[in-house]
Amino acid sequence: MAGVQVANVSRSFGAHKALDNVSIDFADGGFYALLGPSGSGKTTLLRQIAGFDFPDAGRIAIGGESVERVPVEKRRIGMVFQNYALFPNMSVADNVAFGLSVRGEPKVTIAAEVQRALDLVQLGKLGGRKPHQLSGGQRQRVALARAIVTKPRVLLLDEPLGALDKALRVDMQIELKRIQREIGITTIFVTHDQEEALTMSDRIGILRDGRLVQEGPPEEIYDRPQSEFAATFLGDANIFRGDATGSGIKLPDGTTIAASTGAAVPAGAKASCAVRPERIRISPGAAKPDPANANTLTGQVSKRIFAGNNSTYFVDRDGQTLKVIVQNTGAERLAEGQPVVLSWSPDSTVLIAA
Amino acid sequence: MADQLAIGSRRGLKPALPLLLPAYLWLTVAIFLPLSAMVFFSLMTDLPVAGKEWSFTLGNYAAFFSQSLYSTLLLSSLRLGLEVTLWCVVIGYPAAYVLAKVLKGRSREAIFLLVILPFWSNGLVRIFSWAMVLREGGILDTALNAVLPFKINIDLMYSYPAVIIGLVHSYVPYMVLTCYLTLQAIDDSLIEAGRSLGASRRQVLWRVIIPLSMPGLIAGAALIFVPVVGSFMEPRILGGRTGTFYGTVIEDQFVSVFNWPLGAALSFILLAVVLIILALAAPVLRRAA
Ligand SMILES: Nc1ncnc2c1ncn2[C@@H]1O[C@H](COP(=O)(O)OP(=O)(O)OP(=O)(O)O)[C@@H](O)[C@H]1O
Ligand SMILES: [Mg+2]
Repeated sequence: MAGVQVANVSRSFGAHKALDNVSIDFADGGFYALLGPSGSGKTTLLRQIAGFDFPDAGRIAIGGESVERVPVEKRRIGMVFQNYALFPNMSVADNVAFGLSVRGEPKVTIAAEVQRALDLVQLGKLGGRKPHQLSGGQRQRVALARAIVTKPRVLLLDEPLGALDKALRVDMQIELKRIQREIGITTIFVTHDQEEALTMSDRIGILRDGRLVQEGPPEEIYDRPQSEFAATFLGDANIFRGDATGSGIKLPDGTTIAASTGAAVPAGAKASCAVRPERIRISPGAAKPDPANANTLTGQVSKRIFAGNNSTYFVDRDGQTLKVIVQNTGAERLAEGQPVVLSWSPDSTVLIAA
Repeated sequence: MADQLAIGSRRGLKPALPLLLPAYLWLTVAIFLPLSAMVFFSLMTDLPVAGKEWSFTLGNYAAFFSQSLYSTLLLSSLRLGLEVTLWCVVIGYPAAYVLAKVLKGRSREAIFLLVILPFWSNGLVRIFSWAMVLREGGILDTALNAVLPFKINIDLMYSYPAVIIGLVHSYVPYMVLTCYLTLQAIDDSLIEAGRSLGASRRQVLWRVIIPLSMPGLIAGAALIFVPVVGSFMEPRILGGRTGTFYGTVIEDQFVSVFNWPLGAALSFILLAVVLIILALAAPVLRRAA
């Protein structure tokens, strides 16, 4: 088992910079999600680590050793591909056995290891089937068993759950996490599903246009995004733009918003504030402002979306539409068109340098 | 695949009849009729032309077994077929691999065209141009002597290698095409998966790529082996005196000796031998594919 260090890695295809000076330290035994929109360079980064492609600049080390001159087959990585890439001519058991058999392990050892790996992914009885006789979720598990049976140092997964439906996806997330804990392998998981990244990983790296936007534990990125992009890409956020005052920002209409988390921005500079929709309290226009929630705005409900356990209100205010999520506690529901007061605490407000 | 076909035929035979009819008609007219005429010929003592007397006989078939010349020639023709097929694999498979997996875009199109070119040139022209290349004082001889510091004599004309060269050139496009089609269908991620599991390039080739391209190799081999065993043009023109094979003997019966009954009988024996070989090979090939 080993950590992976990516240091100042760049990779261009023609004039297009698919990776631009990316540095990430993947800790030994951690579960790491790489998140980013389509074309942001997630697969490209994974391919550099796997050794299918080589960086133009920068350094990649696995277990503290530079892998610059190490070919794929010597890197001791396990990879799960988005399309599973199972060998169609081999049975499930032979697929899983492949990595051990090219190493020339004795047949008895191989059979035992293969059975153990198949049991781990709960496919112990299906070793004799061909890949085309399996369901999507089963194929995905075979691909996982095949990748881990060789005891790789690092497990790389490129959107492994992308092709599965929602329910199966959640099952597989839990299963994958269980297996990862059980064998304690360093795992790098590419996804563009933010929920998946939040629920599964110890740390998240957000990529955009080949650059690493922010990196850290899910809570930290969610609570203290360092850019508007990070704030809106991972979860929902209301963004206010204005001039920094030293303790918050002043909107163009003169309203001030106090923020007690986030970056230090010198007064007068352009800055923005991000507030999560579930941190905002919404009350009818006549209600008294709550002193604990020092930030207050007034507006008008333009739309309400009821989603069972919660409701989302869209509130129009000075040309901007704000989003507020309210738990369904059985309290009075607000009607569309009703004037409302929004209030939230400076602790829930993140200051972001423009 | 097989069960899909079965379902298709069970459900769809009736509506498909009008579609199938022309094909069956064509097969009957183009293959079955001439073939039965040839069966008829092969059982005659002589051609029924100019009022000659004729009767039914098995003598033409017996001739094959009574004279060892024919079976010797058939064996050397089978060997020729095997060798040409092997050379086509050795040359055609790597070419197909490069076309399918290495080249991209325009360069792929250009090379593809070069591979197909022998298909589009007239067979006789192709063979005679090889004669120009291979003979003493020909293009190959002159070119090599111009480059090499010492004098060598290249005269491949009228030899077994010349026949092989000519046949391989004519038939290698089949191998390239069939292998190209199967290789192209192999997802690159399978190759990457193999490598990520610790297999070297060579191991991936032997354990993943070649098994998956077996259908193409087999189809190519069948397309090449069968006609090469019966070939007569290349052996005759490029082989000269050494170019007597089973195919040239059959041709002689039809073209110069006018012993059509014997020629027809010899062809049917060839057909039977080829079918037996394919039938014997089928289980092995099916497992490989
Ligand atoms: N082999 C290549 N040749 C040219 N451009 C490439 C190549 N591979 C990737 N790119 C480009 O690099 C950029 C990053 O691609 P990459 O596949 O890493 O994106 P991604 O983040 O994995 O996106 P997705 O979520 O859609 O899979 C894209 O703009 C892509 O077009
Ligand atoms: Mg990708």
